[in-house]
Amino acid sequence: MFSCKTSPEVGGMGHSVKRKEDARFLHGKGKYTDDVKLPGMLSMVMVRSPYAYAKIKSIDKEKALAIPGVLAVITGEDLAQYNLHWMPTLLSDSQMVLPTDTVMHQSQEVCAVIATDRYIAVDGAEAVDVQYEPMKAIVNPYKALEEDAPLLRPDKEGQKDNHIYHWERGEREKTDAAIAAADVVVKERIHLPRIHVASIETCGIVASYDKDTEKMLIYLTSQAPHAIRTILALVAGHVGLSEEKIRIIAPDIGGGFGGKVPVYPGYVVAIAASFLIGKPVKWIEDRSENLINGFARDYHMDCELAATKDGKIQAFKVSTLADHGYTDSSANPSKYPTGMFSICTGSYDYEHAFAELDAVYTNKAPGGVAYRCSFRVTEAVHAIERMVDKLAAEIGKDPAQLRFENFIKKEQFPYASPLGWSYDSGDYKATLEKAMEMIGYDDYKKEQAEKRAQGKLMGIGICTFTEVVGAGPSKDFDILGIAMFDSAEIRVHPTGKALARFGTKSQGQGHETTYAQILAEELGIPYTDIEIDEGDTDTAPYGLGTYASRSTPTAGAAAAIAARKLKDKGKKIAAHLLEVSEDDIEWEVGKYFVKGAPEKSKTIQEVAFAAYTNIPPGMEPGFEATHYYDPPNLTFPNGAYICVVEVEEETGAIDVKRFVAIDDCGNIINPMIVEGQVHGGLTQGIAPAMYEGIVYDDEGNVLNGTLMDYLVPTAVESPHWETGHTITPSPHHPLGAKGVAESPTVGAPPAIANAIIDALYPLGIKHLDIPITPDKVWEAIQESKAKA
Amino acid sequence: MAKHNITMTINGESVSAEVDSRLLLVHFIRENLDMTGTHIGCDTSSCGACTILIDGKSVKSCTYLAVRADGANITTIEGIAADGTNHPLQKAFHDQHGLHCGFCTPGMIMRSIDLLETNPNPTEEEIRWGISGNLCRCTGYNNIVKSVQQAAEEMSKEKEATV
Repeated sequence: MFSCKTSPEVGGMGHSVKRKEDARFLHGKGKYTDDVKLPGMLSMVMVRSPYAYAKIKSIDKEKALAIPGVLAVITGEDLAQYNLHWMPTLLSDSQMVLPTDTVMHQSQEVCAVIATDRYIAVDGAEAVDVQYEPMKAIVNPYKALEEDAPLLRPDKEGQKDNHIYHWERGEREKTDAAIAAADVVVKERIHLPRIHVASIETCGIVASYDKDTEKMLIYLTSQAPHAIRTILALVAGHVGLSEEKIRIIAPDIGGGFGGKVPVYPGYVVAIAASFLIGKPVKWIEDRSENLINGFARDYHMDCELAATKDGKIQAFKVSTLADHGYTDSSANPSKYPTGMFSICTGSYDYEHAFAELDAVYTNKAPGGVAYRCSFRVTEAVHAIERMVDKLAAEIGKDPAQLRFENFIKKEQFPYASPLGWSYDSGDYKATLEKAMEMIGYDDYKKEQAEKRAQGKLMGIGICTFTEVVGAGPSKDFDILGIAMFDSAEIRVHPTGKALARFGTKSQGQGHETTYAQILAEELGIPYTDIEIDEGDTDTAPYGLGTYASRSTPTAGAAAAIAARKLKDKGKKIAAHLLEVSEDDIEWEVGKYFVKGAPEKSKTIQEVAFAAYTNIPPGMEPGFEATHYYDPPNLTFPNGAYICVVEVEEETGAIDVKRFVAIDDCGNIINPMIVEGQVHGGLTQGIAPAMYEGIVYDDEGNVLNGTLMDYLVPTAVESPHWETGHTITPSPHHPLGAKGVAESPTVGAPPAIANAIIDALYPLGIKHLDIPITPDKVWEAIQESKAKA
Repeated sequence: MAKHNITMTINGESVSAEVDSRLLLVHFIRENLDMTGTHIGCDTSSCGACTILIDGKSVKSCTYLAVRADGANITTIEGIAADGTNHPLQKAFHDQHGLHCGFCTPGMIMRSIDLLETNPNPTEEEIRWGISGNLCRCTGYNNIVKSVQQAAEEMSKEKEATV
């Protein structure tokens, strides 16, 4: 178990200190993008397509422009004059900023109305007369690949069908041969539907161009302000927006979860509008815009798992169809078009695996946001964990026992997975044992047997997952060529107080506290004396931002190493002050002392003061350090989750009785914050498992585009979560930390799905796709009864 | 657009303004009065980020016309820390880690003030139902429930002490 080296007052690693950032939020003084108000600021509202697929016959601006206060209506034709009507996506596809002839999904931006206030802009949007010629939309991704399907992207040179790319990893032939020779093979087509991040704050921007200084100041709901600034400069440099003239400030952010990584057309139009008009322009999405215009998941996975008859897993194969909507704008590292999907081999030791994926265009919104998971790990874990449970049921073995028999063993790390990752460390057996003990697994098994005998439906579901976070090593990970390192810059002031700046950007994860705790641990400066600053590209060091649970693995490591550089400089200063050789100086938290004479010492604060007042000859003054951290490998947190449910046969209602989550994220910086992240992730895990899913009709209309009908769990739907942890430090991370925030979102859905299907197993129900709603359960029960 | 003169008390101060009949109360508070602690999350009264107190009762201000608040006594998140001392709910949300990004927090606290006014000693289930009109996407609610429980205890102790 990790023990605290520092006192609670210093607040280094392992202390559940309260958050430094809370006060402003509790007093209503947080500063979110929509709170920004600049003199002369204009408001922008989008006109959006009611059709999923249509030709634009005409756009009549006249009535809108006649409304007092409406200053401009910007169309695709207007942007085309500057070659800004299309933009590149993060994965080198192209996306419309505003269309010039065809709309490709419902609610696509058609034109923008700029007015003196939001109400007038809405009036203007109502008054724009757009004439459409609707066409038959393609909603089903399998149909999009049929030979007679119309070509959705004729604008792309060489594009002859709706297929975007094929990707594969592993050895197809050997995997097929292992499956063909196996005693037992279980198969399933698993669909993870479109869902939405639904952060409570929607996306937004305030763009303010100053013609005199030629500077573009942008307030943006962005998880990655530096990367976005670079991309903006690459796209719009030709009109004068070069990188040093652009300043992006990501202020307080009301939840991100991946949805605030991409560039949305509204951002680009607002920037263009401010550039052209010369006044600040604000655009804030409303909830429907937010819900309909971005998505995560939407993977159709054909899975095959092969094993011996007594349950030794031998091979796993998964073929996936990914519905990307009308463009591939998914957020993934450049070299991994399906992100980290190849973690789909899970926590188990076997030789043969093969994963392949084909992506396809349809008339849906672009997206593919890696929603609170490290680039498609959620899909990967759902596939393997459903299949392992299916195998257990097929051969009549306890699902926990089957897992124990197949786990990668503690002594096998670093473990080379069949699809190419090198897992850093883990003790999967200990994690599952702890979860089973905490929930009382054996007692529940007995209770289940009794209930089944009485004809009652009770289920126990397990998920044991391996996450892969911390993108990433620059040899493998980049976004449009920009290597995915991260950074920290520390300035210790003469009085021993500090300011530290980072390339990441918190959206509620508590960076202002945890980064200060890392520095407190390394330097001994109390965490309350360290101010943390992020999100302003004019002041923060370059970094790739906060997503994919990468802040602690990358920027946290950068902070530790920068602090160690500082500590080394401090050692020289301490030796100078104590008039001994540097070799005679030793360090304990917050203090340098002379070896063998601990009473001769200098505190870090005294050393900091000396750095500005009394330095050794030849030394550069000041007490600052910077580090850009390029990790040697990813980190691999893991977990074991167990869920107990009861299902009412008459209605299909599902009651989650217990849920225990044991996470191993390596060494822990702030246990309170880690627990909070796990709670939040679990609720975002029960959401897709039981409630959420974007529903389309055959014409491509979204049927649940507001929070009145898109069911984000409330406190009532969210169970009382029980959490715990094991600790296996990462061997290559400077702090032994791994990252945690996405583990629960990844681990919870299969645990819940496995529990519900386990409950329904006596009725012959062997699989249901999430969200597993009461009506879906009820229908499955009726079908199984009809068959019987 | 018809204009209306309205007067109301916000956080103890009287304000008067001429407003359009269609102006929503949340916009009046955020944009006319520059009190941005009250947030907008959904526009459909579903998320509760805009919750304020009107004459002591919690109301979602994103679907409430400013003219309807003429003569009302309104409290927003900016008005509950009396003399710089945190309201017990503000303290409890901090103590129990009941907030992450902080966007839902003002609405959650304003709703909880009303909840504890009408039910000073709620069970966990009553708290969960009591805040079910307010969405939080970060915390998973466990710690929000604990925050409300802590505040309920402290407030009932305070009440006993003053009786």
